[in-house]
Amino acid sequence: MSNLSVNHLLGIKYITKADIELILDTAKNFKEVINRPIKKVPSLRDITVANLFFENSTRTRLSFELAQKRLSADTVNFSASSSSVKKGETLIDTVNNILAMKVDMIVMRHSSPGAALFLSKKVNAKIVNAGDGAHEHPTQALLDAFSMQEKLGDLKGKKIAIVGDILHSRVALSNIFCLQKLGADVKVCGPTTLIPKYIESLGVTVETDLRKTLEWCDVANMLRIQLERQDIKFFPSIREYTMLYGLDKQLLDSLSKKIIIMHPGPINRGVEITSDVADSSQSIILDQVENGVAVRMAVMFLLAGRQ
Amino acid sequence: MKPRVLLENKQLEVTLTRLCYQLIEVHNDFSESVIIGLQPRGIYLAHRIQKLLEGILKKKINCGDLDTTFYRDDFRKKELIPNQTNINFIIEDKNVILIDDVLYTGRTIRAGLDAMLAFGRPSDVELLVLVDRRFSRHVPIQAKYVGLTIDSISTQNVKVDWKETDGKDRVTLIDK
Repeated sequence: MSNLSVNHLLGIKYITKADIELILDTAKNFKEVINRPIKKVPSLRDITVANLFFENSTRTRLSFELAQKRLSADTVNFSASSSSVKKGETLIDTVNNILAMKVDMIVMRHSSPGAALFLSKKVNAKIVNAGDGAHEHPTQALLDAFSMQEKLGDLKGKKIAIVGDILHSRVALSNIFCLQKLGADVKVCGPTTLIPKYIESLGVTVETDLRKTLEWCDVANMLRIQLERQDIKFFPSIREYTMLYGLDKQLLDSLSKKIIIMHPGPINRGVEITSDVADSSQSIILDQVENGVAVRMAVMFLLAGRQ
Repeated sequence: MKPRVLLENKQLEVTLTRLCYQLIEVHNDFSESVIIGLQPRGIYLAHRIQKLLEGILKKKINCGDLDTTFYRDDFRKKELIPNQTNINFIIEDKNVILIDDVLYTGRTIRAGLDAMLAFGRPSDVELLVLVDRRFSRHVPIQAKYVGLTIDSISTQNVKVDWKETDGKDRVTLIDK
């Protein structure tokens, strides 16, 4: 297997275990590249990529842009707030107009689940999903898996907990698919109102007690409470959430083993994790950000390599 | 046609030893020189040359592995799998000896020259190959040190086997 089985990266659901392994292996080479004195390679010098962000983002957008620049691709950026979308243009019209300017690849974040899949059927360009609503965020799951592999080696049989707002999180869903394909055991933990009703049908276990979850796992991925997606109250107050599901240093130090702490960002310090946990030696949050560039380089390199 | 053995065991050893002494003639004690093997197959030759030189000169020789995948011009024309780059020294102002097993079209070497620049500006670059398939170049690149020069056609392949990976030291000419 030396190439991806898909033309687009729409979600982890649509790719195979071999695809994931190929992306992670290629990312290792790119991690070496971005740690060189000259961090740039000319692989995508003939490719133009459009970054379409219909939803706000700092990390993902910067990470994709850096990845493109380090592959020598030409890039154009687009954000919904300053575009003709406000004047009533449809998604397909917007994208087709951009493609008419000879763009080869599109990186898109959109608030509607399935937006990337929809686009891939309608337009002639390679699509990379950078987050579609509460559906999937495949590159985040890949960089999380890459960061875990760096610390733990093979993830087969490893115990991974995803804690927090599972219901509104695209990171949770992509992580579940990715980790399961790599053979890890996944447990989700959070208030019952923030855990989707049929999540167990995906083969994950559910726990509502944070301490029990942390005692069980090798890695805890702490998610942010996505207040912007919550149209009703899912828990009484942020303070109560923090008391029951916030991770502080005292709880972390009281565990019987040293677990790895991850967070996809942005962190709400003092809500899901406290500052001393986020900055502790067990946290690999900044490694995740560094690895994000390498993983995104690998994804775009491999997609561009397909005929 | 049956595969034709071009070099084997003792002969190959003699050739490698000759290449080492040719290098020493130019680079003296290697204090300002480094070796870089090109992935995927050139690294075995580079490490072998490094070992032989270290035996002769009784000192450590810097040797790195360089992958050219991201610099190739035939990306998208065929499937390419990147390999590891492992260069933990600076090549700025050093004399670099690029090493590959077979010199054919010259495109890998061209990519290697580009890739190498990410690690600094060398003062001088030379090319060493075990087998030079002459009259088949696509770019104007020639090796300074050559183990064996052969005439071959495009329907043939030159295969270099190494004890470390293939169980035997051998160079064969095979029909595709």
